Amino acid sequence: MPATPDPAFQPTPDDLALVAALRNGDERAFSGIVEQLNGPLLRLARLYVATGATAEEVVQETWLGVLRGLDRFEGRASFRTWVFRIATNRAMTRGRRERRDIPLSALLDPADDPGGPAVEPERFLPPGAQWAGHWAVPPERWAPDVEAHLLTKETRALIEASIEELAPAQRIVMTLRDVEGWDADEVCAALEITPGNQRVLLHRARSRVRAALERHFRAAGPA
Amino acid sequence: MGSDTTPIGRAPGPPAPPDPDSCDGVVELVTEYLDGALDAEVRARFEAHLAACDGCDVYLEQMRATIAAAGRVGVEGLAPGTLDGLVAAYRAARGA
Repeated sequence: MPATPDPAFQPTPDDLALVAALRNGDERAFSGIVEQLNGPLLRLARLYVATGATAEEVVQETWLGVLRGLDRFEGRASFRTWVFRIATNRAMTRGRRERRDIPLSALLDPADDPGGPAVEPERFLPPGAQWAGHWAVPPERWAPDVEAHLLTKETRALIEASIEELAPAQRIVMTLRDVEGWDADEVCAALEITPGNQRVLLHRARSRVRAALERHFRAAGPA
Repeated sequence: MGSDTTPIGRAPGPPAPPDPDSCDGVVELVTEYLDGALDAEVRARFEAHLAACDGCDVYLEQMRATIAAAGRVGVEGLAPGTLDGLVAAYRAARGA
């Protein structure tokens, strides 16, 4: 079920300023938005196409489509949602050639996504036990210096790798929400998914990344 | 006997919603909680559980730390050639 466009949508002043700058030939504004969106767009394209090289071509075509369409942008969605729509169309066309002619909302359907509980069931007391469903093996509090550990290059690489290993639908949602800091509404608009589906995918993604960190800190045993 | 065929045990259909009173339910509600998407009654039970349960309190803290850490992951850099090529295309389309 794709999210329907919000008829009451009002472009933000930032978006209006950005579009004005882009129409004016402001190269710094253009390279800024390319740097900001290129990575997320590659992840979006990878939902449709089989290889990284094809995804790069899709993203390249997207930017050329943005240049062609700039004068027609009407501010009915945010600028980055509009760029995502162009990318989705390009990727679908490409995917059609690769026989992946599937709407985005179906690619991002949690029913087809590897689900599973946030935490392994063995870590809770089994049905029938007194306190069934409560922790048998609770998480251990991360040491106060974990904040510092989370900043190390090693831990950043681990988080990056565990996001990379997520199923594609989870990966794009967590990238936009947590790495890029988009809010839920905008992710739903850009990916054409319902708030509920967005949240399910985000929850699975975050739960897996947390579990990877827990394994890491337990193995490394900080403090 | 009649037609009383209500099955005992797990009925088919959608799974029951997570239970905010139990730890295995709390871990499934964390994202909705952080997004402010729980209804008031469930939210109150979730928070009451957290206040009494060290394990779940730690769990929520770890999820918050995970989210914060994800925000510090650098987004993959753009190959310089790619950016230069796009800026050249932009200049051709827009430049003075």
